[in-house]
Amino acid sequence: MTRPAPATPARRPPARLGWLVPAVTVGGLLPVAVLILDALSGALGANPIQRATLQTGLLTLALLILSLACTPLRLLTGWTWPARIRKTLGLLGFGYAALHFLIYLFDHSFDLTLMTEDVLKRPFVTAGFTALLLLVPLALTSTPRAVKRLGFQRWTRLHQLSYVAVSLGALHYYWGVKKDHTPPLIYAAVIATLFLIRFLKRRPARPGTRAAKT
Amino acid sequence: MTDPRTPEDHTPDTQTQDGPRRILTPGSDLNPRREFLRSAALFTGTVAALGGGLEVLTRRPGAGSAEAQTADPFSRPDRPLGPYDTDEKVTSYQQATTYNNFYEFGTDKSDPARLARSLRPRPWTVRIDGEVRKPQTIDIDTLQSWFPLEDRIYRMRCVEGWSMVMPWLGFPLAGLIRRLEPTGKAKYVQFTALLDPKQFPGQKQQVLQWPYVEGLRLDEALHPLSFMAVGLHGRTLPGQNGAPLRLVVPWKYGFKNIKSIVRITLTEKQPQTTWALAAPQEYGFYANVNPAVPHPRWSQATERRIGELGRRKTLPFNGYADEVAGLYRGMDLRKNF
Repeated sequence: MTRPAPATPARRPPARLGWLVPAVTVGGLLPVAVLILDALSGALGANPIQRATLQTGLLTLALLILSLACTPLRLLTGWTWPARIRKTLGLLGFGYAALHFLIYLFDHSFDLTLMTEDVLKRPFVTAGFTALLLLVPLALTSTPRAVKRLGFQRWTRLHQLSYVAVSLGALHYYWGVKKDHTPPLIYAAVIATLFLIRFLKRRPARPGTRAAKT
Repeated sequence: MTDPRTPEDHTPDTQTQDGPRRILTPGSDLNPRREFLRSAALFTGTVAALGGGLEVLTRRPGAGSAEAQTADPFSRPDRPLGPYDTDEKVTSYQQATTYNNFYEFGTDKSDPARLARSLRPRPWTVRIDGEVRKPQTIDIDTLQSWFPLEDRIYRMRCVEGWSMVMPWLGFPLAGLIRRLEPTGKAKYVQFTALLDPKQFPGQKQQVLQWPYVEGLRLDEALHPLSFMAVGLHGRTLPGQNGAPLRLVVPWKYGFKNIKSIVRITLTEKQPQTTWALAAPQEYGFYANVNPAVPHPRWSQATERRIGELGRRKTLPFNGYADEVAGLYRGMDLRKNF
């Protein structure tokens, strides 16, 4: 370690944060392991499918929100590490959305006619299904190569769909609840707050605030 | 993490835009072994924080017992089946008493079993009023002593899309109504549940309008299937299932089966029922089980029998169409849902 510190910080992530993405991946997948253990031990209760559906749905929302919180957090604090885990969190959210959908399909014995009817006729299902469809192109273009191929501008615009997706997800949750709407409203409030922070921070830098352009 | 730099480092010329960021990348004083340990600790901490946080946010204890039929001596009464009994596999006592919708205790299905102890089913009186010849207040034990108790094994279909098979103990509602001597004006029967936030902690929140009110048309109430339950699985009705007295109308969605009844009123006008008040476009007065009329937010074509993984088709009037379809002849069941 005799090398002098570089004059400019390396654009490449320093090796010292190498643990971060693996930790987020493992931590984000931990609930799958617990869910499997719960299913095997009977901890999911008398209606396990319903339980697993709800939990994977909530995990989807939570991870998408965490992913969307990365940029506002970076803007507010100037930290750069949130940007490194944004993609991982987003992909985890997509994974849980897919699992949620698979459990739904299993619940309806993979009857696609029934699913189509549900998607077309019931706004509650329509919202959730649309959210999942919107996440597909985002997951497919999550690689650095895709960013290059699309160009940063277009890629960014495409990935703004994630706002639509997470909002539809929260609406899907709201519509799915029979009566006590407090939990879905909390999720909606968090999403709204994140939007607001981005919106405020997007404006041209005012004097005294650090321009957060990267 | 502390900033290893001395204050002297903060000279104007080094405090460029990059200056503060170096806080995140000091570390040149760390040797590889310390660096590895530090990374390992941060890795573990992050896994625990993220994984644990997600668990706290999303994992709820699944209501009800997953265990199906353990040795349950009361699961089926030791007698030949009656004309209204189903021969389907009875839902275990465990599951029937731990997976409940009873918003007076809370909106989670595990709340009723957890909090049922706060309900005191004795002493208990039931007020009888409205269009009856002799309005009165009766003690529950007196009321119960008027009728011989009988078993009824009924299907129970929740509006949420799950179902159970319940071995009730009680007496037909018709016998009670006749004994109350309705006047010629009586067209409906209104049931009111207990209002007491001390016994029903869920009533501290206005999730629904309390007290819970349900009702039946008089001819529905007089139908031999309509039943007043005081027991389940051969035992006294547990608090979470609506002790000490509840209604059971097996061809209607479960929310019609009002629990912990304190008042029965014979009325001329159709009662304003709780769920119909809360969401009139979703829950009607009749609430007959009908696979052809979906809930606005979900299909009612199928249901999950608790204890089974797959779904089964929901039957019109919950399988009691032969008995009760006649009550609704000439009615549009899409409008009167």
